[in-house]
Amino acid sequence: MYKLEVRHTNKIFKKEGKEVVALKDANLKITEGKFISLIGPSGCGKSTLFNIIAGLIKPTTGEVLLDGKNIVGKNGNVCYMLQKDLLLPWRSILQNVILGLEIKGVSRKEAVERAMPLLQKYGLEGFEHHYPDELSGGMRQRAALLRTLLYDQDIILLDEPFGALDAQTRLLMQTWLLQIWTDFKKTILFVTHDIDEAIYLSDEIYVLSPRPGRIKEKVEVHLPRPRNENTLLQPAFIDLKQHLFALLKEEVLLEK
Amino acid sequence: MRDNSEQILFQQELKMQEVEALPVIIEDDELKEKRRKRITIIGQILIGILFFVLWELLAKWKVIDSYYWSSPTIIWETGVIAFTEGTLWSDLIYTSGATIIGFLLGTFFGALLGLSFWWSYFYSKIAEPYLVAFNAIPKLALAPVLVILFGIGFSSKVILALMMTVIVTAIAAHSGVKSVDADLEKMLFSLGAKKHHIFMKVVIPSAMPWIVSSLKINIALALAGTIVGEFISSRQGIGRMILYAGQIMNINLVWVGVVVLSILSVLMYVGTVWLEKRLLRGNRIRE
Repeated sequence: MYKLEVRHTNKIFKKEGKEVVALKDANLKITEGKFISLIGPSGCGKSTLFNIIAGLIKPTTGEVLLDGKNIVGKNGNVCYMLQKDLLLPWRSILQNVILGLEIKGVSRKEAVERAMPLLQKYGLEGFEHHYPDELSGGMRQRAALLRTLLYDQDIILLDEPFGALDAQTRLLMQTWLLQIWTDFKKTILFVTHDIDEAIYLSDEIYVLSPRPGRIKEKVEVHLPRPRNENTLLQPAFIDLKQHLFALLKEEVLLEK
Repeated sequence: MRDNSEQILFQQELKMQEVEALPVIIEDDELKEKRRKRITIIGQILIGILFFVLWELLAKWKVIDSYYWSSPTIIWETGVIAFTEGTLWSDLIYTSGATIIGFLLGTFFGALLGLSFWWSYFYSKIAEPYLVAFNAIPKLALAPVLVILFGIGFSSKVILALMMTVIVTAIAAHSGVKSVDADLEKMLFSLGAKKHHIFMKVVIPSAMPWIVSSLKINIALALAGTIVGEFISSRQGIGRMILYAGQIMNINLVWVGVVVLSILSVLMYVGTVWLEKRLLRGNRIRE
């Protein structure tokens, strides 16, 4: 059985009297513990798909199965992290990170006990009692991701989490994310614009195309793990990159 | 050999610099800031003293008629008598009490009302024009009705102070609620939050700076409400004292009332600033 399955899912909006197909017949079959990327130009329905999986909006038709159970329209079953870090500015990093546990009703003491080792292990040691506006973009993303992680669901949705970071920080954060993924054995769905990022991180890449948003092709990545900067220079990496680039170029050209 | 000669040259150069004795400039912003502050405060105090001295002298030289304009020394003397032999102390407590209670109640209920608009779209949209309309009513014009309704005692003053403040805070809190980042709500939903979680963890803290920003305006409005209440009908209070003094043509006593009210107003403003700081402590939203 698949960990997460999205079946024949469509989403149609009505805008100025016209029907807009945001997502057309999306099918995903995701095995437990995989790192999956969704890549595609804007308007390809990535965010719509994520919102449906997270239960924040309902699809027009179709179903979302988590461990075989339908979770359409139910929030709180998967972790979802948006592009912005969305840390609450009036809470310290520690207080921000335990937000999900607080909502679950875990006692403050236990929440802190669970959060502290994570903060220390994953690069936020000494910043527990700082406020978000005192931290760099990379660190804020770390805190946001640890908050998501501490909520402790099997599936994590990441919507362009590193989109706003500079190139060097980005590479550091990608490696950091892979470390966390290896340690916690979660299933990750990752949205990005960046071909390099998608290949570097993923086991499988879904290429999406816009108007109507649909899944165009699924590409498997067989690069050995653990991956590091050298991975970016391997011939297999370059070949994949060329292939994906060609696929996306078609889209952009069709647009015009 | 060459190294040596170069060194000698360099030493000579240094010596030349010493001889020229250039002025040493070290920027010290802290010191500059301190000096600026000191000069500002001295200036502010000087202007105050100058104002009172001028007032006193102009009255003495009969440039202004001290019957109408009084003078600082006469006000002081009349004030001392009013405090020691008259009822000014109890009047002061009466007025400040009504103002502060009305202010606190008005701010509290206003905040509650404004925050409640977050709960329902239709409730908020339907209520909005009425909120604006109620804000537009000159509440002081209703004072006679309120005095008839609630009597000439303490409660009618508190109600007036409350009426003056409640809508200001409600509108501020409503704006705060409208400014809550929708993505923050989305993020909390994705963490399995119910509506009450979002209200407590995001809406109230987000709206707090907005509510707090209404405090300074409110304290002045509450005082105005109380005084108008006392003007209309009251047995106590500084407003009543001023009205009474005016009726018996004791203009000096009117001035005492005005001065005491001004001091009260400044003190309450300072208190509000303190309250503001306390409420915003740990709240890191920058304006």
